[in-house]
Amino acid sequence: MAIRSFLILFILFFFSSLNPILSLYEDQVGLVDWHQQYLGKVKQAVFHTHKTGRKRVVVSTEENVVASLDLRQGEIFWRHVLGSNDVIDGIDIALGKCHYPFIRRKYFESMESSRWADGVGIFSSGSKALKIITNLKIEKDNIVIIFSNGRLNAVSCIDGEVLWEKDFEGESLKVQQVIQPPGSNLIYVVGFVSSSLFEMYQINALNGELLKHESAAFSGGFLGEVSPVFSETVVALDSTGLILLTISFQNGKISFHQTPISNLVKDSFGPAKIITSSVTGIFAIKMNAVTIVIRVKDESKLEVVEKTNHETSISDALSISEGQQAFALVQHASHEIHLRVKLAHNWDDNLLKESVKMDQHRGLVHKVYINNYIRTDKSYGFRALIVMEDHSLLLLQQGEIVWSREDGLASIIDVTTSELPVERDGVSVAKVEHNLFEWLKGHMLKLKGTLMLASPQDVAAIQSMRLKNSEKSKMTRDHNGFRKLLIVLTRAGKLFALHTGDGHIVWSYLLQSLQKSKVCQHPIGLNLYKWQVPHHHAMDENPSVLVIGKCGPSSDAPGALSFVDTYTGKELSSLSLVHSVAQVIPLPYTDSTEQCLHLLIDADKHAHLYPKTPEAISTFEREFSNIYWYSVEDDNGIIKGHALRGKCTGEVADEVCFDTRELWSIVFPSESEKIIAIVTRKLNEVVHTQAKVIADQEVMYKYISRNLLFVATVALKGSVEIGSVTPEESWLVAYLIDTVTGRILHRVTHHGSQGPVHAVFSENWVVYHYFNLKAHRYEMSVIEIYDQSRADNKDVWKLVLGKHNLTSPISLYSRPDVITKSQSYFFTHSVKAIAVTSTTKGITSKQLLIGTIGDQVLALDKRFLDPRRTVNPTQAEKEEGIIPLTDSLPIIPQSYVTHALRVEGLRGIITVPAKLESTTLVFAHGVDLFFTQLAPSRTYDSLTDDFNYALLLITIVALLAAIFVTWTLSERKELQENWR
Amino acid sequence: MKWVEVIVSFILTLSFLSFPSCGFQSDELLVDDEEFGLEGAPQHRSPEPIPTRSPPVTSPTRKRHSDLDSDSKIQFSLDHAFGDSDFSPAGTFSARLKTWSHGGQTLTKLRFSRNNFSDVEKEKFKNLLESDDFYRIRLPSNVLSPPGRDFIISSVKARCLPRESLDEHFVIHMEGVNVLAVNYGSPGSCPYPRNLKLPAKWSFSSHTVLKNSEQAPRAPVFTEEILGGENAEGEVVQPAERSFWAKYWMYLIPLGLIVMNAVTQAMNMPEEQATGQVPAQGQPSAGAVQRGPSSAVRRR
Repeated sequence: MAIRSFLILFILFFFSSLNPILSLYEDQVGLVDWHQQYLGKVKQAVFHTHKTGRKRVVVSTEENVVASLDLRQGEIFWRHVLGSNDVIDGIDIALGKCHYPFIRRKYFESMESSRWADGVGIFSSGSKALKIITNLKIEKDNIVIIFSNGRLNAVSCIDGEVLWEKDFEGESLKVQQVIQPPGSNLIYVVGFVSSSLFEMYQINALNGELLKHESAAFSGGFLGEVSPVFSETVVALDSTGLILLTISFQNGKISFHQTPISNLVKDSFGPAKIITSSVTGIFAIKMNAVTIVIRVKDESKLEVVEKTNHETSISDALSISEGQQAFALVQHASHEIHLRVKLAHNWDDNLLKESVKMDQHRGLVHKVYINNYIRTDKSYGFRALIVMEDHSLLLLQQGEIVWSREDGLASIIDVTTSELPVERDGVSVAKVEHNLFEWLKGHMLKLKGTLMLASPQDVAAIQSMRLKNSEKSKMTRDHNGFRKLLIVLTRAGKLFALHTGDGHIVWSYLLQSLQKSKVCQHPIGLNLYKWQVPHHHAMDENPSVLVIGKCGPSSDAPGALSFVDTYTGKELSSLSLVHSVAQVIPLPYTDSTEQCLHLLIDADKHAHLYPKTPEAISTFEREFSNIYWYSVEDDNGIIKGHALRGKCTGEVADEVCFDTRELWSIVFPSESEKIIAIVTRKLNEVVHTQAKVIADQEVMYKYISRNLLFVATVALKGSVEIGSVTPEESWLVAYLIDTVTGRILHRVTHHGSQGPVHAVFSENWVVYHYFNLKAHRYEMSVIEIYDQSRADNKDVWKLVLGKHNLTSPISLYSRPDVITKSQSYFFTHSVKAIAVTSTTKGITSKQLLIGTIGDQVLALDKRFLDPRRTVNPTQAEKEEGIIPLTDSLPIIPQSYVTHALRVEGLRGIITVPAKLESTTLVFAHGVDLFFTQLAPSRTYDSLTDDFNYALLLITIVALLAAIFVTWTLSERKELQENWR
Repeated sequence: MKWVEVIVSFILTLSFLSFPSCGFQSDELLVDDEEFGLEGAPQHRSPEPIPTRSPPVTSPTRKRHSDLDSDSKIQFSLDHAFGDSDFSPAGTFSARLKTWSHGGQTLTKLRFSRNNFSDVEKEKFKNLLESDDFYRIRLPSNVLSPPGRDFIISSVKARCLPRESLDEHFVIHMEGVNVLAVNYGSPGSCPYPRNLKLPAKWSFSSHTVLKNSEQAPRAPVFTEEILGGENAEGEVVQPAERSFWAKYWMYLIPLGLIVMNAVTQAMNMPEEQATGQVPAQGQPSAGAVQRGPSSAVRRR
């Protein structure tokens, strides 16, 4: 009796714990992964509110996304991510029969049109488009006039047919504006020829007939853009930027009128810039930080209506009723923004004046779009969509922020992670369920689910309970290291801290050092590094990150550093450097406050050490002779190795500046090879075993060096698009280079192959992906490199007696004795990014994470890319885990980490080890963000999250009860026996 | 075009054949590493070439091959520098330039003559040894029009070179007539920490290897049937190989434990019972059988 119950329970328990997980089950989606959708910085927005009930706005962004957003919540209604070659130039909505937003983009040389089922008409055309005019009618057909590629086209709304076209390409005309006077069928095309000749074309919009062509020369020349003020008048600046030109071409007669800016404003602030807007009679100029709004009175009289030091943005005109135009003016005061809506012809009155409190970490207002609606009292109300400096998108209505979107997260430059605070009193932010009753109830529900007794409501309750598990979004460190902060730097120069549990933004900070300022006009964020990682002082010190940026795209632009606390999101300090930043080398040394030493190399090949403390310098000088690095001149095809020489000489005596010297160089022949890919190992990667035991009890020693560099070069002809060269003209060479001595350890040529090459380097192997022109397929190759100099250490006795060279330090100046093994496999997909899983101790087997062209992440076991795979593996090899050789790598649908989701515009995959050896955290970013946990060899070292403790408890209780019952039974039986 | 190539190659072959001293060498394989000592040392075709010793400076090499086609023979110089000093000539490489029928040019028969250190250079080198500094060498990146785009530089810690003499090892990576890189260092190991050791002989023994790129292995191409056939075969056979024990050990062990547990319990029960009792059912095991009769007797 006892035995049987024990057996049943044992088997029950055994099988409940042996629940094999090959891929994700439907109810596991969203448990450990999260997915966020973004758009990127909005370039243009068109309100789509003409139809009743439709409250949407269509936006196009710098990430080449077209999306329709719900105006009430800001949710994405639909979205299309176009490729990086399909730059959207403008969007507009055509009325009448075209109830579609029209989008122009660069695409094909010739004009083509297509219509998507969900309401977007796309007109693809060549180079930069300028203008869309949408409200013209020919009979019943609406036409859309598009200027692009030096050509004016009229397109029918019904079928996208080109009705007429007019070519300006041959006339060396730089078209500035295409103007359509309201209510007429005329189109004016104005532009400059050779910077001093103004030209005007008058065209009949209905048939493309050229009505008039006038030109006039202006000796002063023109600068920049023109702003249309009236239908037959534009404003421009002369070449000095000091004189405003009012150019009118009424009745085909061009006349210039000059107004020096100094006449308008007393104190001039240097050359001005025109801010183009489409508001009738009003334009703005900007001189340094001063914005001046100018009204044009009867053709040529200019009048300053406003002069302000605040940052100002002006929206385009919005016609609200017959002949009335409204526009919005947004000004930035320290903590607030002021929104004013005015009528074009009446500057003095405001239709609307609102002040909105604005988070300072959004920066300045970059763009504003307005839309009107009819209030309940039948008056006009306005809502404004504003794009901020940090690329976020906000909707303002009735003096409030209705919704906001953090679209800066669509353009992530760099990612690093930070630990969360250690749990202690007063640190924990999220509330955790401590109620025993709740806990028991939850587990009873789970038990019901396991025993298949749960009703559908219970199942739903269990699912929601699992998803809402407050444990995972707690703000403290967890035992398994699943909870971390992802610190991301966006292109706008903003830092975000995302929680790995559910992806919410913990804090965000707009870096002042990466903002436009007088000293730095075009700041660029470069990289993020861990600056301080407290281990010993984890309880009382906060970790911090180092943000490196530079001023402008040139290589000698001065750098800027910022140090940001990762718990609070506050900037600790910032530095404007005098030197440039060409390369950053995080050194593996820390000082006593656990700040990591970083070496910054400038464009003149001087090395600068940070932090600039005497302690850091003394630490650094101890390792002085062991620091080497390399630099790559991509366009030149030269790789150089460097070492330090001594303190800087000549210039200002700086304690932390060091001279460098060139140690080696590799010059690729410029006529036959071009560098297209360079990959190194991750600096923080941990390798668990140095040796690999192969099938016949042999040992192979991995050649593990942090100084290995993988370089791929292609033939010059082969560096173009796939399909434009023959296999004979194209080849790809893969190199493994030691970066200390400059030795080429391995060099192999793939004939008939070409890029793009994506590669990943880990432990002693590199995997790279390229296109094989002969086989017309993508291929992936693996190179594994083994050390032969230690190969003699196979004898056990040698090891026992200590007669081996395994503990002696390895010098890279010794002649390397390596062998490589390589193999190529076909792979179906083209690839956007490759990464490899990484774990704390490096014991768990590796998986390659491949970002496919479909914006998904595929996990592929490294075992498939083993160079030792043979057609017929022996029994011993099979036991080792060698898979029989196949010509192509399998794509198993279940092994997509992103399951049903897509990470649109995928750019990078980052893996971070969790504290639990079996698990790795994966973060994929592009326009979307995706995060998940992966266990390449399954979670062998922990019970899964949904492990049923209640079942275990009940099993134990049942066993105890069974023991007790059988014991009493046997007692009683014994007594009876005794009495017999 | 093809005809011209054929004619050129024909003439080349003829011209090579007319010089019996080197005619047999014109069929050399391109892919192999080629290594030459100074005095016409034997050629090594093994992938791990055994370095040949070359005696110190020799100069008469040029005369021996002066009867060859003059433009097919080229020379390029090796420069060296001590620490951060400027480069100065240190030796000369000479080689034969071979033009292939497909238009490619490669170097063969590389020879190297090393200049001996002058006294000043010796002194400089000693300084390098004492300060554990770098000894640097450089080569032109194009052997036809030196220095080409840039010099190829390589360096080694000076303390790695001295043994009895100064031992050095060059691996020159070539791509046609371009020098890509040179691996320069000691022929053996250079253990860390590097100890100061002066060479017994102030002469160089140099080993040079020319290396061209290897061809990558092709991706294996299978026809469907081979793949399917082998896979099917392999998978059908495999389960049969596993023994009964290998398959069911995880069930057998607990079962065995349970049986043992039951048996011991059954064994213990009769012993504990002082007076006659009905023994537990199912006691076919040896121990129980022995006692069986005695309890039966007692009951009577």
